[in-house]
Amino acid sequence: MDPGVEQDLSLDMTTRLDTPWVTIVWNDPVNLMSYVTFVFQKHFGYGKKKAEKLMHEVHEDGKSVVSTGTREEMERDVQAMHEYGLWATLSKAE
Amino acid sequence: MSGFVRHRRSKVIHATFPVFEADLLRSLAAQIVELLHNESAIPSATRDPLEAMLDFRGPTTEPEDPVLLRLFPNAYQGDEESAGEFRRFTEGALRDGKSRAAATIIDVLEEAGLPTEPTDEDLTIDVELDQETALVWMRSFTDLRLALGTRLEVEEGDDDYWDSLPDEDPRAQAHHIYEWLGFLQETLVHAVS
Repeated sequence: MDPGVEQDLSLDMTTRLDTPWVTIVWNDPVNLMSYVTFVFQKHFGYGKKKAEKLMHEVHEDGKSVVSTGTREEMERDVQAMHEYGLWATLSKAE
Repeated sequence: MSGFVRHRRSKVIHATFPVFEADLLRSLAAQIVELLHNESAIPSATRDPLEAMLDFRGPTTEPEDPVLLRLFPNAYQGDEESAGEFRRFTEGALRDGKSRAAATIIDVLEEAGLPTEPTDEDLTIDVELDQETALVWMRSFTDLRLALGTRLEVEEGDDDYWDSLPDEDPRAQAHHIYEWLGFLQETLVHAVS
């Protein structure tokens, strides 16, 4: 095997493991505050207090980071949020 | 109008709808089913039919219809390639799930006695939902409200605008329905929580 290729692969693995990704939920004018709180509790298993705090961030700041993890985990969270009708995106953590 | 309540002992979630409300709910749910089925999952304006049939991939480009774009938003901002890949792998399943959820509303209403063409306007439809079905309804109510809210272009704090429209304005009437769905959703969230 070309040693250059191996090096690239291992570098890629390190980057993937070291950089966390985040799921961001964005504010929208349609979803009810009670529903958004409920979804955060239901999907992420957050307590009511934490779920309400995140919901208020979404509502007042326009967005909130609701979960952190690997890219694959965040893709699953974003898909689940879309199932619930919440507007969510994922990106690398800042 | 009392929306959904949970029976204390049996935990069953219950609502009683006048037949015209149940009929309206069914027709809204049917429109969602139609919307999700109508637009081909793969953009295919000028494609060879055989080629289209043999193409099992999901869509990679965002839907043009703002309602569909709201139901299936881009998962990555500023990264078209990743957004396309995500869409290819998720949009089909999301469409199926949302379509099945809306179909569940129709099935439950009809099993509860909603006739195909209601004639007796005094009829009421009693709906009983277990916890799992209540969640399906909740998700589908969200889709209905997203669809209607996107069509109406509702914005945060625009109540004065809607209140200012004359009652006979079809947009005002659609907005009443939107608000009614919001009320039902609110009672459903409380009944399930």
